[in-house]
Amino acid sequence: MSSNEPQTMHFQAPGTFKTRAQDVLDNPDLRKSFRGAMDFLMQKRSAQFPDDAQFQALRLQGEAIRQYSLSKLPDLLEQLEKNLIANGIQVHWAKNASEAQTLIADIMVKADAKLIVKGKSMVSEEVELNHALEAQGIEAMESDMGEYIVQLAGERPSHIIMPAIHKTKEDIARLFAEKVPGVDYTNSVDELIQIGRRVLREKFRETKVGLSGVNMAVAETGTLCLVENEGNGRMCTTVPDIHIAITGIEKVVEKLEHVPPLLTLLTRSATGQAVTTYFNWISGPRKADELDGPKEVHLVLVDNGRTQAYARPDFRATLQCIRCGACMNHCPVYTRIGGLAYGTTYPGPIGKIISPHMLGLESTSDLVTASSLCGACGEVCPVKIPIPELLIDLRARSQAGGPDKFTPALAGEGEGRKPLMALSFKLWRVLYSTPILYRLFSFCATRLRKLSPKNQGAWTDSRTPLIPAAKSLHELIRARKHQQQTTT
Amino acid sequence: MSARNHILSRLRNAKVAPLASPIIPVSTPIDDYGFHPEYLESFEKNLIAAHAQVIPAGPRHWRQHIAEVCQIKGIKHLLMPGQPPLPGAERHLPAPSTWMSAWDNGPELTVFDSPIENFKDVLFDDIDAGLTIAESAVADTGTLVLRSTPWQPRTLSLVPPIHICLLDARCMYPDLLTAMTVEGWQRDMPSNLLFISGPSKTADIQQTLAYGAHGPKELIVIMVAGEIR
Repeated sequence: MSSNEPQTMHFQAPGTFKTRAQDVLDNPDLRKSFRGAMDFLMQKRSAQFPDDAQFQALRLQGEAIRQYSLSKLPDLLEQLEKNLIANGIQVHWAKNASEAQTLIADIMVKADAKLIVKGKSMVSEEVELNHALEAQGIEAMESDMGEYIVQLAGERPSHIIMPAIHKTKEDIARLFAEKVPGVDYTNSVDELIQIGRRVLREKFRETKVGLSGVNMAVAETGTLCLVENEGNGRMCTTVPDIHIAITGIEKVVEKLEHVPPLLTLLTRSATGQAVTTYFNWISGPRKADELDGPKEVHLVLVDNGRTQAYARPDFRATLQCIRCGACMNHCPVYTRIGGLAYGTTYPGPIGKIISPHMLGLESTSDLVTASSLCGACGEVCPVKIPIPELLIDLRARSQAGGPDKFTPALAGEGEGRKPLMALSFKLWRVLYSTPILYRLFSFCATRLRKLSPKNQGAWTDSRTPLIPAAKSLHELIRARKHQQQTTT
Repeated sequence: MSARNHILSRLRNAKVAPLASPIIPVSTPIDDYGFHPEYLESFEKNLIAAHAQVIPAGPRHWRQHIAEVCQIKGIKHLLMPGQPPLPGAERHLPAPSTWMSAWDNGPELTVFDSPIENFKDVLFDDIDAGLTIAESAVADTGTLVLRSTPWQPRTLSLVPPIHICLLDARCMYPDLLTAMTVEGWQRDMPSNLLFISGPSKTADIQQTLAYGAHGPKELIVIMVAGEIR
């Protein structure tokens, strides 16, 4: 794939969420792909947690570790930085996406590198790294099989763990035949993977710079941990001269012993595996007497809205996330509309509660309403993030008249406020808390039921119109009491 | 203000009180590790479930098993770790190059003893299998623990299509927490510590499992009952 090929990886405004969701709902093939993939992932996960008591004990431990780490976050970040530097790893800090882009572009320019081969990193998606580098004439190539497929198709990942789940093997077979030079159509999954392997091996071999995400960073030893199955993460962090790791500031834990519980929760919740093929602990560049490994290792620590979530006790829980994706696998909304409809880097329930901190509530206020509040996301979350509660809170925040005086405001707070809706709820409150008005209203509504409109907006798109009953509940009860008195 | 100080001061302004450090209980008594039939069984079962091959071997028979594997898999060029700088200094980790020499009808043997920059073409194009020695193993997940050292580079277990790993079965821990506690990793992390629990794989196309995504397509573990001599 050449670097000047157009990329359609730009951020899609989540404001057009409803239109995109409808497009997926109208596409039976996509719905089948998502349903099948989510059923598969749910079943694999539940097989890994056969005993609920054990699962609950483990997730309490996971929650405790994440909450403890967050409670000491600034100290742990400083400790991590100190130990990484002592290990020979260079540490960079980015307040937002554009700072992260510039930092990485500068490393590339300094190394005179025109190609960066990337292992899977959601934070690099979040900061729109590929797009920014390509604007500077640097080719960014994804090497995770799913990400490679999605990039070749000029799309965005639809799931944080399985980026190409929206595609069938036939889609991928056509894509490879069209885009990879010298490849004929084959819908054998093994052959397709071998094609990807062949193309990407050449890239691993030639590239000067590799990029990876970080699943956990250990402060006490200055170690970056990486979970994967394919080996592309190892390739990106071992073969090139320079390894750049990028991660959010919340990923740090204090001690090595905090890793095993989180690791087991992560792999079991994400893909239903007791362990992944590889788990890589990186604590420094190649030593003087070693024969391979990168000569330089960089870590880019990204804020991008995380300090806003951190500032408020209620939203701090958002940062407990270990990015397993279980909440989306179990979400009835995600299963029906898929990951692309959200328009945000992180889709599904977790995306709905973290994206407002990255993008502001203004453009994401529709997302927090796309939930039936069934609570499945909260039940499966391995670190017990109260996702449904946070959704309700964000809904209120997006509609609020203005930030309250006592807590720092969220970006875009109150931006989702619609005057008509606000007025309706105000009237509703007055009506339901004033008995005389309520009785008057129910009397009129029951008597005038014939006048109910047939078309009631979004409600009647897929439901029969709402028509008040002929008699109110109060009237029915009075009638029954009367009947009972006359019969006895 | 630098980005660093800006981020740290925003975090500190939140004035979050530190919680008490969570206690992570070690499930197994600290001295209860090593050559333990249940551990070996569980290790083997888990690795086989992950599509690896496990060959139990006696201390003197591992060379024979390597030769057999080479013959069955048609390995023509085997890459080996080099010699430790101080022989015997690395616990349980002798270098096979010191006792392995080419055998009749066996593969060509190459020792990984020069920097990868001078070696990339051979490594990527010519080698059929890489031989490594694991430092230890974790039973409950079927995991091999490999440590990067000057004599055993990381790409040895990554680039060749087949990975053959020798394990001294006495270095077997029931779980990860016990392994890291007993071995004292906290005091001594190598530049790269690596867990391997099967051959490279992916399910990124329609949830269909395929092996050999980017790393080895096959993992063969020769589990030696005793010191690798």
